[in-house]
Amino acid sequence: MSGKEPVSLGVDLAGVHLKNPVMTASGTFGSGAEYSEFFDLGRLGAVVTKGVANVPWEGNATPRIAETYGGMLNAVGLQNPGIDVFCERDLPFLSAYDTKVIVNVCGRTAEDYIEVVERLGNEKADMLEINISCPNVKEGGIAFGQDPKAVERITKEVKRHAVQPIIMKLSPNVTDITEMAKAAEAGGADCLSLINTLTGMQIDIRRRAFTLANRTGGLSGPAIKPVAVRMVYQAAHAVKIPVIGMGGISCGDDAVEFLLAGASAVAVGTASFHDPCASVKTVDGIEQYLRQYGFKDVHEIIGLVGA
Amino acid sequence: MGRKVTEDTEILEQTKLTGDVSSMWVQTSEIAGLSRAGQFVSVYCNDRTRLLPRPISICETDRAGGRIRLVYRNVGKGTAEFASMTRGGRLQMMGPLGNGFEIQDGSALLVGGGIGIPPLVELGRALRESGRQVTTVCGYRDREVFLTEELTRNGSFCIATEDGSLGVRGNVIDAIRQEKLAGDVIYACGPLPMLSALKSYALERKIPCYISMEERMACGIGACLGCVCKSQDIDSHSHVCNKRVCADGPVFLSTEVEL
Repeated sequence: MSGKEPVSLGVDLAGVHLKNPVMTASGTFGSGAEYSEFFDLGRLGAVVTKGVANVPWEGNATPRIAETYGGMLNAVGLQNPGIDVFCERDLPFLSAYDTKVIVNVCGRTAEDYIEVVERLGNEKADMLEINISCPNVKEGGIAFGQDPKAVERITKEVKRHAVQPIIMKLSPNVTDITEMAKAAEAGGADCLSLINTLTGMQIDIRRRAFTLANRTGGLSGPAIKPVAVRMVYQAAHAVKIPVIGMGGISCGDDAVEFLLAGASAVAVGTASFHDPCASVKTVDGIEQYLRQYGFKDVHEIIGLVGA
Repeated sequence: MGRKVTEDTEILEQTKLTGDVSSMWVQTSEIAGLSRAGQFVSVYCNDRTRLLPRPISICETDRAGGRIRLVYRNVGKGTAEFASMTRGGRLQMMGPLGNGFEIQDGSALLVGGGIGIPPLVELGRALRESGRQVTTVCGYRDREVFLTEELTRNGSFCIATEDGSLGVRGNVIDAIRQEKLAGDVIYACGPLPMLSALKSYALERKIPCYISMEERMACGIGACLGCVCKSQDIDSHSHVCNKRVCADGPVFLSTEVEL
């Protein structure tokens, strides 16, 4: 093992430079304020905020959370304060940190998405991630993400109004992820991110009722990692634009698996609930892996397996 | 909310109080010194297939010794794991979390139900040490009662049991009426129907009623928005009417929330 020679962790996504390939997964990190009590957000490549819509959303009824074997189900339903509060409070907070800010955008209609994207045009956001894959809301969300034609159409619409580079966040709840990846690319997406949660259900056998008020929820956590690695591998090989991989990453080794599969960057999500420092430990873990195996630059391992 | 820390704690003592209620004293380095009555800790399972921390209220604090006591009901795999651990075992915890109870002026009526009873031990002590007169009434299912000695130390103490096997037959409201229990302020923790009944009772008497709420949580620190409750006013986070039990609560004025 070499000593402390510099290892390059920086990656570029659509012209945006990240000091390292680790970001937070939308919806697991708020806008960072709660986690800033535990570590310096400036250590992350990027903070991806919880989805924000044009107006405040109440979200679903409770219970919204259920634990499963090696994972969890959530049906929060994209509760958010709306773009006005977000721009006044959350963006100025995040801009104080030396990290990139990626704003996750949600909507019920194409017009909703466009309103938020336009509003963010002159704000301090480095990239926008378009959520067309939330399984927990009736309109919008996943409805845009399960039909390649709809994916291409919404991507085009958003791109026409966007100032910042656009990441399309894809749903794993589809038959062929490569179709969706290609559709987003055809629509002009700058990057893809996947996977969002897998639709799941839990029944409380003692109460003989659904655990979640919403009945179904999105499954996340280590339990979904093999599915996510497979889909990231498939998507990365189907398109030329960078893919941000996520789904069950809780340490550096998990992240490396996604990078080897072809992800240009990764996101840590549910693991932050188990350990608020999971994302920053993932940065350290990747660096440690590169040193251990004699790599000098993270790019050396991106897509290394099955290329 | 004040400072919170993540710590590797050591179990000092584990005892069974009833068939399914356990008590555990743990050694902390900072949590005990930072906490106040009504706050909780997130306890992480050692079995990593169970990802989410279990929110457990702090029953007693020994600030000088750096120890806290958790009294919890064995309701699932996570709490079963905790209950199976013995002296010397280690548990990762984050805390103290939530805002806890504020000591109000005037005599206190503490009302607890089931596994909502434990935080009243520390609260009663804090109130007594601040010179408040304390009356505690607790509802249990049956004669398998717990923490009665500790609660008696804080002032007068009254028991209600659903099956009438001990104390007043019925619930805590029955006991309050029958025993003519009173206070200038109500502090309560227990199941929703109990909190709802107390809210009405307090409104009738025009006295403030502070309640500690419970909800399924994920992060425990206000980020995931998993544990919200319906509030009267718009909340500070999302500007809808969903206060976060973990970060805005768990203690609320009863009139702040919909029950």
